[in-house]
Amino acid sequence: MGGAEFEIETRSLAKHFGDVRALDGLDLSIGRGELFGLVGPDGAGKTTALRILSGIMDPTSGEAYVAGISVNRDPEAVKDKIGYMSQRFGLYEDLTTLENLLFYADLYEVTRKERPAIIERLLGFSNLTPFKDRLAGALSGGMKQKLGLACALIHTPEILLLDEPTNGVDPVSRRDFWKILYDLLKEGVTILITTAYLDEAERCGRVGLLNEGKLIVVDTPKNIKNSLGAPMVEIATHAVRAVEKLVRPLGGVLKVTAYGDRIHVALESMDRLGGVIAVIKDNGLPVEGSREIAPSLEDMFISLVERK
Amino acid sequence: MSGNGVTVKVEQLTRMFGKFTAVDHIDLEVGKGEIFGFLGPNGAGKSTTIKMLCGLLTPTSGGGYVGGLDIMRQSEEIKKIIGYMSQRFSLYDDLTVEQNIDFFSGIYSVPRSKAQGRKDWALSMAGLMDRRGALTKTLPTGVKQRLALGCAILHEPPILFLDEPTSGVDPISRRNFWNLIYMMAEGGATVFVTTHYMEEAEYCDRLALIYRGKIIAEGSPKTLKQSAMTKEVLEVEMENPVEAMEVLFTSGFDPSIFGSALHVTVDDGMVAEPAIRKALADAGMTPLRIEKIAPSLEDVFVNLIEVS
Repeated sequence: MGGAEFEIETRSLAKHFGDVRALDGLDLSIGRGELFGLVGPDGAGKTTALRILSGIMDPTSGEAYVAGISVNRDPEAVKDKIGYMSQRFGLYEDLTTLENLLFYADLYEVTRKERPAIIERLLGFSNLTPFKDRLAGALSGGMKQKLGLACALIHTPEILLLDEPTNGVDPVSRRDFWKILYDLLKEGVTILITTAYLDEAERCGRVGLLNEGKLIVVDTPKNIKNSLGAPMVEIATHAVRAVEKLVRPLGGVLKVTAYGDRIHVALESMDRLGGVIAVIKDNGLPVEGSREIAPSLEDMFISLVERK
Repeated sequence: MSGNGVTVKVEQLTRMFGKFTAVDHIDLEVGKGEIFGFLGPNGAGKSTTIKMLCGLLTPTSGGGYVGGLDIMRQSEEIKKIIGYMSQRFSLYDDLTVEQNIDFFSGIYSVPRSKAQGRKDWALSMAGLMDRRGALTKTLPTGVKQRLALGCAILHEPPILFLDEPTSGVDPISRRNFWNLIYMMAEGGATVFVTTHYMEEAEYCDRLALIYRGKIIAEGSPKTLKQSAMTKEVLEVEMENPVEAMEVLFTSGFDPSIFGSALHVTVDDGMVAEPAIRKALADAGMTPLRIEKIAPSLEDVFVNLIEVS
């Protein structure tokens, strides 16, 4: 155990698929008990990174340590320390909730003595106790995700690697899922999660933005957002698409991003706001409100990725 | 089909699986050229409804018309006038981009005289003009989704059913995808789409929310936000929203994180604000700002589900 201060550490980690550099020199250090969010465009290398860390894929070069164990040298030993949940987690649809948990308990060699207490706790944790005898195939998408998480936790791992666990999960179920993650965090579990939902990344202690196989930013959500270096305003309008098109080319406007019923506009300076609002109104388009805001992580994501 | 251009109309549509009623006597009407958003939690009946409309599943009772064709009796004809793409839309991973397009072109009987033009269109729409020989499995999720959409509409159908087309797609690709949806609606196509991203729901002309097989709310995004929400929403901006959420949660509130702020749904903002301040003060926290805000669609969605 060389670098024991980090639960997860990679040095110049690279993975090539033919000509494609899926990971291109990743340096990552995640401390014990951290909730770390890895975000990035589709194809940036997020899934590849998690597969290497979980010992199911070899890196082309570089090194990775998980719980002090070298993934390069001892990928099997890593598997005892981590819970890994992939986008398509392997639940057996024709087994019940409970049978799935028992199956994973077998796989991870959880002793007969420990099982009842662990399974009861995981079922309670995930609010699946009333559904323990339901076939996994008959569970809703949100419940399947929670069962997947429970299965990944069967051997009480100290590190959780979650690859886009909330894809296709509705807003109510996503909230439930995150409540479970906070509970795990309180117990000292280290969590590395990838997500396409930037509002979820806002909840992480630190966030890494991966692009083309490289980390381009690592920091707390707050520091990342403070790094924009330009004031940001929110303009509410129910004609978002027309307003977005109109505002984008205006002088003093650095960036425009649409969010449903509002746009976020990065400005050279706040004095530009009056002019922007006037142009929208002169064109007969509605403005239901405007205010200065802190940029969202999604604003930062778009700005950092598109700049490249 | 009456002259006002209604393209989808169902009445009392119902589908049972054994004793379970997946879709429970729903009525829907979608006009020509409309972008219609169909929302609901996982397992609420969205996909079952879409499958019935596409002629992939026979209703247990009730019925309706898609493009003037009877969903009970003319399911084969319906398939020729619709494009259907689901989150699991199966492009063939082991075929190249071009082979996939040719394959679907054949399935949809695109006439030979048009096939080349449609192929070029699909390639350029997906941004794959220079990568037509690439294996589909090597494409990033967002690009694959665009290609899947292109393949689903090679036969230029006037009606599109998109079932969670942007699930797990990054924020930039999602915005690109919605530009395509708009382009098609502007070209006169009717788009019936499901999503879990509430800001995407804002881009729809009209929405219906389905829960446990029943439609529980319907209207434009604006109408829903104004009328379907009996409660008020307070935005609480915090230095550390995750810890504040925990505090408010244990004090009996139901907060959720939106960026660096919390949204707290309450019966009466005037009464709740001092209580929130007190709960936070007792934990040694001071909010940067508390403000009553217009509820977002996500607030409305979560509230409607919780009161149902």
